[in-house]
Amino acid sequence: MTAGERTPLLEARGVVKSFGRVRALRGANFTVFPGEVVALVGDNGAGKSTLVKTLAGVHSPDEGQLLVDGEPVDFNSPVDARAHGIEVVYQDLALAAELPPAANLYLGRELMRRGLLGKLGFIDDKAMKRAGDRSFHDLGVRIQDTNAAVAAMSGGQRQGVAVARAVMWADRVVFMDEPTAALGVVQTRNVLDLILRVRERGIAVVLISHNMPEVLEVADRVEVLRLGRRVARFERGNVTMEEIVGAMTGAIEHKENHA
Amino acid sequence: MSAPAESIAAPDDDLDGAQQQPWWAKLVGGSSIWIGLILVGLIAAFAIVEPSSFVSIANARNISTDAAILLVLATGQTFVIITAGIDLSVGSVLVFAGVMSAKAMDWVGGDGTGTIVVGLISALFFGGVWGWVNGFLIAKANITPLIVTLGTFGMALGAALVITGGIDEREIPYDLIDTVGTGRLFGEVPWLVVIALVVAALFGVLLAKTRFGRFTYAVGSNAEAARRAGIGVDRHLIKVYMVAGTLAGLAGWLSLARFGTTTIGGHSTDNLQSITAVVIGGTSLFGGIGSILGTVFGVFIPAVLQNGFVITGVQPFWQQIAVGAVLIAAVYLDQLRRSRNR
Ligand SMILES: Nc1ncnc2c1ncn2[C@@H]1O[C@H](COP(=O)(O)OP(=O)(O)OP(=O)(O)O)[C@@H](O)[C@H]1O
Ligand SMILES: [Mg+2]
Repeated sequence: MTAGERTPLLEARGVVKSFGRVRALRGANFTVFPGEVVALVGDNGAGKSTLVKTLAGVHSPDEGQLLVDGEPVDFNSPVDARAHGIEVVYQDLALAAELPPAANLYLGRELMRRGLLGKLGFIDDKAMKRAGDRSFHDLGVRIQDTNAAVAAMSGGQRQGVAVARAVMWADRVVFMDEPTAALGVVQTRNVLDLILRVRERGIAVVLISHNMPEVLEVADRVEVLRLGRRVARFERGNVTMEEIVGAMTGAIEHKENHA
Repeated sequence: MSAPAESIAAPDDDLDGAQQQPWWAKLVGGSSIWIGLILVGLIAAFAIVEPSSFVSIANARNISTDAAILLVLATGQTFVIITAGIDLSVGSVLVFAGVMSAKAMDWVGGDGTGTIVVGLISALFFGGVWGWVNGFLIAKANITPLIVTLGTFGMALGAALVITGGIDEREIPYDLIDTVGTGRLFGEVPWLVVIALVVAALFGVLLAKTRFGRFTYAVGSNAEAARRAGIGVDRHLIKVYMVAGTLAGLAGWLSLARFGTTTIGGHSTDNLQSITAVVIGGTSLFGGIGSILGTVFGVFIPAVLQNGFVITGVQPFWQQIAVGAVLIAAVYLDQLRRSRNR
């Protein structure tokens, strides 16, 4: 299972992204292979979230190339990325807090009523709520009242809603930008199990996390971002926590090969 | 990094059952029911004090006729405020659309249905154009709604004054005044009221049951999240301001029908009145929350107060004081509700 032999499902090459004078990505590379769990790690401000948003079509890169299955692609909006089966749990969750969870699950992809009503733009809230309740149940997200607005929920429950949404729609890759940051012990366990279950379905997961034991537990590979560039890649089993942290902080220099 | 409470809570494996609420629980949970109760309470109070003159069909007709045109404006305003925006231009757009409608009917000439329909279409069109201008500047130029619509508030009124030379147009087809303006359905319900309620009902359904409505809430609740969910936020905002503008156009045409003149000077506070009604009705100025039913109550509370004070012999100036207090209370309740949720 060496990385070089397979065609990456999703790849970023030399991506540059600036916000005014802040250069968030300075020629970043990133690779996701089909059906793997890859951890994207790096210090605060390393550019992880910016890279995720670029690969999700939220930001368009100033320079560089995105590839899906080895073919160059342009993502002009999140809709383009979704069309390739890419879903994201954003660090800020990107939920409409005043709407109930089911409305968030289906935001922008509402189930319509059947027949004429559907053509007139009527949405099927009952069906969305039913499907939402089922997927929360399956994922072990406990929500007392699924009619209430997301604003009324705990941080962990909100994170559960965002994770459920991404997993529900993803065909090929799910990005999870610190999905366990607000979670208790039990919920963190749930999310890690969920990541493995998603992988069993053949869907790749990109896990962004500052929690190294968590990373070492679930990730098949680790890619390290530092100051907007990829500085190291590790395979599962060949790496210690000290090495990852060393690469993150720049204490250990690795040869990054720009394949 | 504290463990959320639900980790301790007993698992609830029941999928459907349990969570289903009876219909009235939803109503009581929403804020519009309280506003509705306040309205009922006001009506009851005036009815007890002055049963003979307050409780009559004629008086109900007066109240609702006065409220009808404002309800049309406030319906559009509700959509705008749910997107976390504001439309200060509605009164001026009403005037401008009324002027253009009157000019168009004058130009076609005659008194018949055709002329009246031309007038209606012009009013809707010119209202919609101002709405598009508002929406375009807000969505594409990223100027805050308060400033954009304050600008068009002045511009639309100024344009109406330029076109008319500041003199009200009084050549309104008599048939329009006689039917829409003063006519009644079944000889009882004024057409103005029927039209306003139908508009409120249609747009209430649009808001509550359709994708257009869902996008409206989503944009107001979290525009960035809506964008990432693939919603064309800019396009949707433009549409929402066009709804408000078009409804202001309709209100302009209704106003011609009611008063038989363009009433150029009479709409400088329509914007504040419509915002007051929407906010009293429980729609949140922060966006993402609101309903047309609430707005209907919010329109009628000031109208009932006005009428009730006149009938009970209280100086009607008290109405303004009472409405102001209700407005502040409504916003305070909204803030309480939000801080409890976060
Ligand atoms: N929308 C934006 N506008 C301006 N600057 C931004 C924006 N997004 C990110 N940045 C900047 O880009 C840099 C990288 O930020 P990014 O959020 O990608 O880091 P991160 O690796 O996700 O960090 P963290 O671990 O704290 O989440 C930071 O310096 C940040 O201030
Ligand atoms: Mg981040």
